[in-house]
Amino acid sequence: MSQEFEPTILAFVCNWCTYTAADLAGTSRMVQQPNLRLVRMMCTGMVDPKYIVKSLLSGADGVLVSGCHPGDCHYINGNYKARRRVKLLNEILPQFGIEKERVKLTWVGASEGNEFAATVNNFINEIRELGPMEARSMAVV
Amino acid sequence: MARKIGVYVCHCGSNIAGKVDCANVAEFAGNIKDVVVSRDYQFMCSDPGQEMIIRDIRQYGLDRVVVASCSPRLHEKTFQKACARAGLNPYLMQHCCIREHCSWTTADPDEATAKARHIVEAAVERVGEHGELFSREVEVLPDVMVVGAGIAGIQAALDIAKSGHTVHLVEQSPSIGGHMAQFDKTFPTLDCAACISTPKMVAVSQEPNINLLTWSEVEEVTGFVGNYTVTVLRKPRYVNETVCTGCGACLEKCPTKAISEFNEGLGKRKAIYRNSPQAVPNTPVIDGTICKKITKDKCGICATICPTGAIDYEMKERREVFHVGSIVLATGYDAMDPTPLREYGFGKYDNVYTALQFERLNNAVGPTEGRIVLKNGEKPESVAIIHCVGSRDKNYHEYCSRTCCMYALKYDHLIKDKVGHDTKVYNFYIDMRCFGKGYEEFYKRVQEEGVTFIRGRPSEIVQEDGRLVVVGEDTLLGMNVRLPVDMVILCTAMEPRKDVTEVARVFGVAQGQDGFFLEEHPKLGPVSTATDGVFLAGTCQGPKDIPDAVSHASGGAAQAIALAAKGTVSISPTTSWINPDVCVGCQVCVGLCAYSAIEFDERRNIAVINEAMCKGCGSCAGYCPSGAAQIKHFKETQIFNEIDGLLGMIPDWRPPMEEPDAEPVRIPVQTDQPEKRA
Ligand SMILES: Cc1cc2nc3c(=O)[nH]c(=O)nc-3n(C[C@H](O)[C@H](O)[C@H](O)COP(=O)(O)OP(=O)(O)OC[C@H]3O[C@@H](n4cnc5c(N)ncnc54)[C@H](O)[C@@H]3O)c2cc1C
Ligand code: SF4
Ligand code: SF4
Ligand code: FES
Repeated sequence: MSQEFEPTILAFVCNWCTYTAADLAGTSRMVQQPNLRLVRMMCTGMVDPKYIVKSLLSGADGVLVSGCHPGDCHYINGNYKARRRVKLLNEILPQFGIEKERVKLTWVGASEGNEFAATVNNFINEIRELGPMEARSMAVV
Repeated sequence: MARKIGVYVCHCGSNIAGKVDCANVAEFAGNIKDVVVSRDYQFMCSDPGQEMIIRDIRQYGLDRVVVASCSPRLHEKTFQKACARAGLNPYLMQHCCIREHCSWTTADPDEATAKARHIVEAAVERVGEHGELFSREVEVLPDVMVVGAGIAGIQAALDIAKSGHTVHLVEQSPSIGGHMAQFDKTFPTLDCAACISTPKMVAVSQEPNINLLTWSEVEEVTGFVGNYTVTVLRKPRYVNETVCTGCGACLEKCPTKAISEFNEGLGKRKAIYRNSPQAVPNTPVIDGTICKKITKDKCGICATICPTGAIDYEMKERREVFHVGSIVLATGYDAMDPTPLREYGFGKYDNVYTALQFERLNNAVGPTEGRIVLKNGEKPESVAIIHCVGSRDKNYHEYCSRTCCMYALKYDHLIKDKVGHDTKVYNFYIDMRCFGKGYEEFYKRVQEEGVTFIRGRPSEIVQEDGRLVVVGEDTLLGMNVRLPVDMVILCTAMEPRKDVTEVARVFGVAQGQDGFFLEEHPKLGPVSTATDGVFLAGTCQGPKDIPDAVSHASGGAAQAIALAAKGTVSISPTTSWINPDVCVGCQVCVGLCAYSAIEFDERRNIAVINEAMCKGCGSCAGYCPSGAAQIKHFKETQIFNEIDGLLGMIPDWRPPMEEPDAEPVRIPVQTDQPEKRA
């Protein structure tokens, strides 16, 4: 049954690295599963945990946050702030019945088109495996 | 409030239309609330495509525009400008990508079309929340600061001075010239380093537009592009530069000695010293840590000798503050210390030299007056030159230092020339990299001088019966080599300066993986940095030879001149904004901002953004617990709407519209004019 399930995934990616990598994956015609939709942010440091929670509650089965590698953030250290926030969120989510695997943080640099395509495909597979989000139907928003 | 949104779906020839049913997407968009016109077209970025948007804005009074085409990183500006031409604020346009992230990467056409619809829906929902934004023009102060006066800093300072702007040139050491001042000859032309650099150094000292600050360091930088405030620490020289004539009488009699840094540890200098007789400025400096007068209140000979009374033991360090529009960093490199490579015996065996030491040996005003001799004063009969020491080596630096092959060839020639043609010279190399203008020719020339090239990195250098033996493998012949020689020269890597992290912090620039300062873009922005108004020149950005360092420096200078010449700089409006009615004054954001762009207003008990310094990174907005901090153009409402659109969450459908018509308008395309493509 879970084979039938096609997850919807949102990705918050920074303009300077992962978004650029997504462009590169496109220019290099690296086919990805269609389940992922991108939200362009200037930096992962901009990603308010609210956005992630809101996405999950509004129908996303998984959320990917991806930015520049540690030390490469265009704004010095926004990605470290993102790392802290996602880590915290990963700890809190299970208390609401949301598997922490549904929120993932990765670093994909501007030149890593192949890495981007692989990250996307892997994450989609992981979430497909995990199945639909039970908590949403029960959550009181 | 009802919006009037126009949606434009681009085919990009077959790049998008080959996968995505663009007409279907446009029709779908036409049914979203507030969309009054929705079209698909072959090439939106072409002139007729842009014209179509402009006409619609005027005809239908559109107040929002969505373009769905290639990545916004490519054409967002194009469509923003088109909107601006039609009188619509460019920030009321949302550009979304259905090519790179959709048509090019999705296998199935139906799925690609479905995904494109979500993407367009998100853009439509988002754009409804956009507001007008205006870039701000700020003044650029006319003066420029150049930090570091090696050949790169010198070139940058001279270029800028020539444009009529004042340059404050800050140099850490007592005189200018950097590494080049240590050389005698330069590859590939073998012209004398002093002959080509001294005129430039003198030009610096004589240029009225250059304010030369040697023996000085930058302590603090505040401000932002166009208006930097720089505090420079002037270390005490103990010799009054305005009075000293540079006669050098003091240097003779000083009884206190120390190891000479400029001579790379070969030979001594006095407590009062200058790097070379041609030093610019040629005023000596007193080393306050060893001078007997300064440390113990004894001696004081130099003051009695000095004919002009320039010596001043009471001199104190002081600080000077400069206001400049931009900064050029030209702080250069360090040559790696090979001591950690114990297998090569540097520091253990007398006749193992670093390349820079060899430069000093060979220099006419160096410790041996230019004679290439062993420590015992005799001429070497054989010399081994080891390339790539610390470069192209996972344990030290993975990169290639780009100059070692070439200066090794220079040494090959100099040894043959100065010591005698019967001197045996062996090069241990990995690959010969002679890529510059005239370099391959120089390589050929040196090969013909009877120099031996052995491919392979030696495993160790040992001493047997008082002679050095280079142990390694000739990888071309597949043979082990044990080669007795009199002298070994280690071509050590060019590496970031020891204080690079501290300097990067002071100027707010980043370092790359290799430790050098990080340029804005490896290909298209090699002289600018992520910090507006701070530019790079020379080897502080990565290993370079002199021609490349000089060209790079001229590039950095051009950027600084461009800013200064225009006199104003436009600051992006997509900064943070803190709503004073919502901010609770918790001050969390103040500590989060990497650019110190948030100030705390004690009186009102709220945080306030300095828009000129804010880069719009969103670190503050991503955290602000009360939601007071918001990035203009990335506001919470905008992102929420985008999320809803992407997830197809907008319930607010309206029935398909009848008026105004969304029939594709035929726009005449002149066939004799090739269309612009993405
Ligand atoms: C052994 C050797 C031989 C070479 N031979 C040749 C050759 O023959 N031909 C050739 O083309 N290239 C040669 N090169 C390369 C050449 O040295 C460089 O290309 C050139 O010197 C780079 O100049 P620069 O101004 O970038 O750096 P540098 O020469 O390192 O100058 C940097 C300057 O900045 C100053 N500085 C540093 N930090 C600060 C600070 N925080 N505040 C103020 N001032 C500061 C330093 O004191 C120095 O004066 C050789 C390199 C080596 C290692
Ligand atoms: S006072 Fe200091 S610098 Fe001058 S001669 Fe004596 S030791 Fe040298
Ligand atoms: S957006 Fe970034 S740069 Fe601007 S104030 Fe906030 S943290 Fe500082
Ligand atoms: S800009 Fe990419 S993570 Fe900050």
